[in-house]
Amino acid sequence: MIYEAIIGLEVHAQLLTDSKIFCGCSTKYGSPPNAQTCPVCLGMPGVLPVLNKKTVEYAVKMVLAVGGRINEESFFARKNYFYPDLPKGYQISQYEKPLAYGGFVEIDLSHGKPKVKRNKRIKIERIHLEEDAGKSIHIENKDSKTLVDMNRCGVPLMEIVSQPDLSSPEEAYLYLGKLKQLLEYLEICGCNMEQGNLRCDANVSVRPEGEKNLGIKTEVKNMNSFKGVEKALNYEIERQIDILKSGGRIKHETLLWDEEKEKVSFMRTKEVSPDYRYFPEPDLVKLVVKRDWIEKIKRTLPELPDHKKERFLKKYKIPEYDASVLTSSKNLADFYEEGLKFYSAPKILSNWIMGEVLRELREKRCEIGDLRIKPEDLAGLLMLVDDGIISGKIAKDVFKEMVDTGRKAKEIVKEKGLVQVTDKGQIEKVVEEVLKKNKENVNEYLSGKEKLFGFFIGEVMKKTKGKADPKLVNQILKEKLKR
Amino acid sequence: MELNHLRAWELKKLLESREVSSREVLESVLDRIKSDGKSINSFITLMEDGAQKAALKVDKKRSSGKKLGALAGIPVVVKDNICVKDNLCTCGSGILKNFIPPYDATAVELLKGEDAVIVGKTNMDEFGMGSSNENSYFGPVKNPYDLKRTPGGSSGGSAASLASDMSILALGSDTGGSVRLPASFCGVVGLKPTYGLVSRYGLVAFASSLDQVGCLTKDVKDCAMLLSAVAGYDQRDSTSINIVRKDYTKSWEDDLKDIKIGVPKEYFGGGLNKEVKENVLKGIEALEREGFKTLEVSMPGTDRSIAVYYVLCMAEASSNLARYDGARYGFRTKETFDLDLMYKKTRTKGFGDEVKRRIILGTYVLSKGYFKAYYQKAQKVRTIIKKDFDRAFEKVDFLITPTSPTTAFKLGEKIEDPLTMYLSDVYTTSANLTGIPAISLPCGKDSFGLPIGLQIMGKPLSEELLLKVAYTFEQNLKR
Ligand SMILES: [Zn+2]
Repeated sequence: MIYEAIIGLEVHAQLLTDSKIFCGCSTKYGSPPNAQTCPVCLGMPGVLPVLNKKTVEYAVKMVLAVGGRINEESFFARKNYFYPDLPKGYQISQYEKPLAYGGFVEIDLSHGKPKVKRNKRIKIERIHLEEDAGKSIHIENKDSKTLVDMNRCGVPLMEIVSQPDLSSPEEAYLYLGKLKQLLEYLEICGCNMEQGNLRCDANVSVRPEGEKNLGIKTEVKNMNSFKGVEKALNYEIERQIDILKSGGRIKHETLLWDEEKEKVSFMRTKEVSPDYRYFPEPDLVKLVVKRDWIEKIKRTLPELPDHKKERFLKKYKIPEYDASVLTSSKNLADFYEEGLKFYSAPKILSNWIMGEVLRELREKRCEIGDLRIKPEDLAGLLMLVDDGIISGKIAKDVFKEMVDTGRKAKEIVKEKGLVQVTDKGQIEKVVEEVLKKNKENVNEYLSGKEKLFGFFIGEVMKKTKGKADPKLVNQILKEKLKR
Repeated sequence: MELNHLRAWELKKLLESREVSSREVLESVLDRIKSDGKSINSFITLMEDGAQKAALKVDKKRSSGKKLGALAGIPVVVKDNICVKDNLCTCGSGILKNFIPPYDATAVELLKGEDAVIVGKTNMDEFGMGSSNENSYFGPVKNPYDLKRTPGGSSGGSAASLASDMSILALGSDTGGSVRLPASFCGVVGLKPTYGLVSRYGLVAFASSLDQVGCLTKDVKDCAMLLSAVAGYDQRDSTSINIVRKDYTKSWEDDLKDIKIGVPKEYFGGGLNKEVKENVLKGIEALEREGFKTLEVSMPGTDRSIAVYYVLCMAEASSNLARYDGARYGFRTKETFDLDLMYKKTRTKGFGDEVKRRIILGTYVLSKGYFKAYYQKAQKVRTIIKKDFDRAFEKVDFLITPTSPTTAFKLGEKIEDPLTMYLSDVYTTSANLTGIPAISLPCGKDSFGLPIGLQIMGKPLSEELLLKVAYTFEQNLKR
């Protein structure tokens, strides 16, 4: 029997506001424990929450980006449970009537093969606002204790709940990537899963293909990276299928993903899962988001990835694959467009970004903003190639140096004497020397071993330290070897 | 006449004309507290040093000709669930017996801004939960009229301190009658303002949608003075109403002839003590003689208000009090084996019986499977009660009722019977459920010489007019 998986994701995105959701404390990451706290986020007796409007604005941006419906009136609710890093004994969240319902994102299942274009819509169930809890640090030794850091307590979170539209771990991975892309474009979330500013829980069930009814689902928590999500889901789906195949039954339970052991462990069954006793938060008034506020926020939205991609295709006439890669992040797209202000061959610039620039980013594990090369500098380098001043090969070396030192291409070329040799006579001399030195190879070549042509080119380039204009070398070699 | 027997507006005149100093006023109050404070037990914390410094500062400011606030040099006491920076704020609970807030409640900040002298923190039912002040970790407050009787709760310490001339002005809090009931039992004025008129910031929450800081005073003019100081919009309280600040002390001699007063018949039915009824009806007649038109109205939702009130206040309390879990605020059981046990043992030991009863019931009504039947239903009935009042206020400007069905009962009389105790609030909870202002005024005494309270309720934000009607009533009673 073939089984299919049904997956829904609950994603928590930490919003990039300067201050917390219900008080004025800073949200900066990495401060000393409890340095960013006040009576309000510590939940001290008598204090009251006051909603930070910026968090609403940010969440509305996301709702607009996925085409959701914003509720003109929504409500905050208390989610009651005891834990030391939850100082009030309840978390302020939204339950009935959240900020927004609906919307969708599209994931691209063509695997980079533009010919088999296949998009899938993943519908969004709801988007709402809530506060984060503090962080418990468990110290395990002879007098083991738990320490609590409340810096994160009250940091704004936006929860995005998908419908169970995902049917494979890969789709879940792509969906997360798409959310991340949108959040980054909107500049509302840091999106660093390892730092916890993007978190994800999954609801997973499987059923025999063709079956209409849903299977019993489990909830998988504690997945701390994009790859972790994919792995955890693969693991859990296989686990469920194995159980069903051997005639067993899935239990409705909550599981924790262990990233190191790469397996899930049991957390609790749903029968004993806490009753959160949600009820409307009486310390806050209803959240009203009027049309004109939405319109105002709409006007601040940046161009979103799908639009940008379409525009790149039309305006720069680059292949679809190039447009996808270049618009995968806003910074990359901005870098590209900025470069085009100084350099007018879109495809060549695209090749360089997709090749050399992305390679650097992968090697250095950094963002484009971290590289010391500016778009106009890259453009300058490419112009040197176009003008025949350096060869493409040398340009790649120069590029590396630019990235590392932040110096301009012209400077490096001049200082290292990398200017291309385009003097025909000079190249002829070198060619003759090479041919004289390698008479045997010349004879072999002339008797039909044409592969050796590359060898001669290599030798000439070696002698000229790569500076000879390859076109000229080619041309001259061909002429000389004919005789 | 001793200074501590005077009203705030009388002291204000003496202070402004420099016939007395702030220190002298404070001294008279402190002397009174020291001689008899223990027998009444109305204070949890006496802030003698701080008060003396504040009084001295006011005197210096006055002699140097600097501008002074409206309450300059007037002693004020504050219920112990309202935070005064750097002073204990116990809420009458063992679980907070060591808690010192690093912030002022907005109401306290405003009092300090008007140069009031804060003298101490008054005893109360634990977290405001009680009608007799017997639920205090620090022992019950006694009624100055009869030490064997309750001063009413939960702001019993504030009311008793006024009745025994140990304070001049007092802040209380009113969730279901906690300002008005003790005012009635102690023969003083008690105002619960419109929900949102006084900021709740720094008022330790019992039931957030019902709690309101209130004023306890010796007469209506004082009440207007205190309300003018503490009322006003506060950004730190999202439920506070954004209106321009008002001076409620301005004029008392307006023409009130066109004002209509409703007498809801449901408030005069069974369970109402005969003497209380007679006195309140006499009070209504007095207002008629002043030219007010009165008419009987019907509020069929009245009998449900107690049930609705207790469901909602317990639900909110169960959540509001979750933060007292032993992890913070000083009190934690020493037997800390694991997290769950720390919670259980700390809360078992730290809370009193009534608080635990309400937390358990409140948790129950919010639980899966019961939420609809209790919490949601109560919210629906709350809306019905609101409509009752809206309808009545289409016909009349104010409603007059007794404040409580009885006068002060004996300590220990009802403490073993919570349901009977809860009925003490039968006439007061509606004002909290609907958010309207309500004032309790002294209205004669019963045959034991115990004060009787008359309640006037008004439309939202009608405090200005409400105080004028109350003043007319008070003047009439004097004659
Ligand atoms: Zn804070």
